[in-house]
Amino acid sequence: MVESTTVLWGQTVVYTLYCVAILAVIAWVSVRLTKPPGHATVVPPKLFYSFVGLLVLIGVSLHIITFNTIPWVPDDLHGDGVTAAKTYAVTVRDHTFVLPEKQLVVPCGQTVRFSVTSEDLTYGFGLFRADNSLVTQMQVVPGHPNNLVWTFPKDDVYSIRSTEYSGPKGDQMIVKDAVRVTGCAKG
Amino acid sequence: MTAMTFTETLVHGHERAFRPSTLTPMQKLTLKYVVFGLIYYAFAAIEGMLMRINQVQPQELLYPERYYSMLTAHPLVGIFGSSYLLVFGAFTFLVPFLMKKPLWSFKVATWTLWLIVGGVFTFWLDGFISHYAPLYTLYWPLPADFSQFHPLSGAIFITGIALVMVGTGLFVLNVFKTIAYTPAGWEKQPSRELLADALGLSTLGRILRGRKAKPEAEHKTPLAVAAIARGTIDVALNVAIILFTGVLILVYMVAKLFGADLAKTSVDALLYKNWFWWGLDLVADGLVLVFVAGAWYLLAQLITGRQVFMAKWARMALGVELVVSWTVWSHHLLSDQAQPAALKVGSGELVTAFELITQGLAFFITLATLWQARPLQMTMPLRFLLGGLTGFALAVPAGIMQADAGLNRVLHNTQWVVGPHVHVAVLVGLTMTLYAAVYLLLPILTNGAQLWSEKLGKAHFWLHLVGGIGMGAFMGMAGLQGMLRRTIYYNGEYSSYMWLAALSGALLLAALACFLVNIVMTLGLNGAKELFTKSTHPVDQLVPEPVE
Repeated sequence: MVESTTVLWGQTVVYTLYCVAILAVIAWVSVRLTKPPGHATVVPPKLFYSFVGLLVLIGVSLHIITFNTIPWVPDDLHGDGVTAAKTYAVTVRDHTFVLPEKQLVVPCGQTVRFSVTSEDLTYGFGLFRADNSLVTQMQVVPGHPNNLVWTFPKDDVYSIRSTEYSGPKGDQMIVKDAVRVTGCAKG
Repeated sequence: MTAMTFTETLVHGHERAFRPSTLTPMQKLTLKYVVFGLIYYAFAAIEGMLMRINQVQPQELLYPERYYSMLTAHPLVGIFGSSYLLVFGAFTFLVPFLMKKPLWSFKVATWTLWLIVGGVFTFWLDGFISHYAPLYTLYWPLPADFSQFHPLSGAIFITGIALVMVGTGLFVLNVFKTIAYTPAGWEKQPSRELLADALGLSTLGRILRGRKAKPEAEHKTPLAVAAIARGTIDVALNVAIILFTGVLILVYMVAKLFGADLAKTSVDALLYKNWFWWGLDLVADGLVLVFVAGAWYLLAQLITGRQVFMAKWARMALGVELVVSWTVWSHHLLSDQAQPAALKVGSGELVTAFELITQGLAFFITLATLWQARPLQMTMPLRFLLGGLTGFALAVPAGIMQADAGLNRVLHNTQWVVGPHVHVAVLVGLTMTLYAAVYLLLPILTNGAQLWSEKLGKAHFWLHLVGGIGMGAFMGMAGLQGMLRRTIYYNGEYSSYMWLAALSGALLLAALACFLVNIVMTLGLNGAKELFTKSTHPVDQLVPEPVE
């Protein structure tokens, strides 16, 4: 399974290329708008219909591509139907994460489930690397099951941080080094 | 004639061309909407800059309670105080202008202005003093969490929002009445046909009966009025949702003030989230996109003096966008695990992707309209219109990307969402479109006042464009590194990006300063003062009669 950093890298490349292209197009059009045209300035309807077709193609294919290339999407959409090697029950109340153990030890390369329950407010449950980059996250809504199914592709240690605002008291909802993933290094 | 000194221009305006005594009540009212819209824009911009500084290095003055109350007020002041007032002011003038008949009720339009101005000031001041900070999202039960917020401060805040919504409701009434009513002494107007045409119901009926849509010339309402009417449907629905939610929250607050603790579990947090996002998205993914597309078409028509390219498609896309806006809310809940997968995929991903199509069409149609009218002079309205098109061309695809189940897992609630998507859409896309309208309407609303400095206008454009895109880009880069959007970082985790975002924010403030100086020098301080005196013209007169 690829890491979320790889997915974000891909997205960064695609979006940056798009931005450069669209800015170049608008700049070119803007300059040309003030110049007298050398020929008849009629935009052919077929160009318009081709553009509509392109938009439809992009809109639909984006999700098909990500469904087939981002590894966590099928698990995510199938939700509770996924069999997990281990489940970690976490509770959140009074702006504090209550973990079943001081550090959750997670088997690398196996699908696990984080089952997080809020006893009061809406929170977020995010796993972050030591460099503060985001591995994964979900919303934690009170009164509902909040299950995040995930497979870690490499050994590492992650911190838990709330990714949702829950009032000023939730300003620093962080549990440092709360999750340790082990078992892949040998392989 | 001797040249005017700087002080004379400051007092009397550029070449004394602005003569407020010639203004009609409608012109004065519209200019008041603009003045207050700009004042609240400055509020939001200054607050935004303070928060940008705090993201570089947390400041003692911006302790968490104050910071988060600012974070709560900032988007609400920006949208309701600035964007709503500018848009409502423009449309209150443009609907009668385009329909060639008087506004249905000048009094109602005046009430709209003061209710929104008063409501925004009420919730802003309450947040400033009491630090009520549930954010605009109001995720249940945070707005009624009395361990963090006093119920009285919450009640005042919600009352302020309610005042804005009542004023907004009156705007809705005025728009539809103006389209449909028959002014006194006029021949009876076909009210139903006018409304059905504006809302696209007559076209829908034709298509359902297997007939082709009418050619643009046969429509009873101009394209821009159709856009205003359709966007106003979302405004009305949004008013209903926010007012209902406000009453719900108020019930808990009033009960608490009387000593009763109502069970928070009586309200299902996920259902509430769906409900509230459905309502909020009528703004973000509804009226903003419909109004902006309509504004682009109108600006392109007025700049080129030509019919909009593919007008039939433009009209239909406005209708599709309206329906799409009712069904896209679930993209905000892609990280909510209890949300049904069918809603995530259907509403959250697939229907949301339609916004790429509808907004892409509006982008293409506007550019094609301009292109076919070459050569054009690069005026301030055209310059800012191109800026507005750029903003949405960058921001909409960014939004479509985060409305993907795979990418949302690592983008949700990060600075990516609020940077390249929200701020680029609002600051570059929406605000530059609004500036284009302000520059275009300035001579019409002031009976011929000319801009004091073209150079300052150009500085306004470039500083705003570079600042807006730059701020969004650097926030986005931080978001891709995991920086959350509603979190204070105390250890300089993202300070390099935040420095660059703050510098970009400073460019935006400098742009605003250029614009305000230019406007004040154009109209003069006396002119601004006289906006608040009574006009001698009748209230049903839109612009003064031309002198024979």
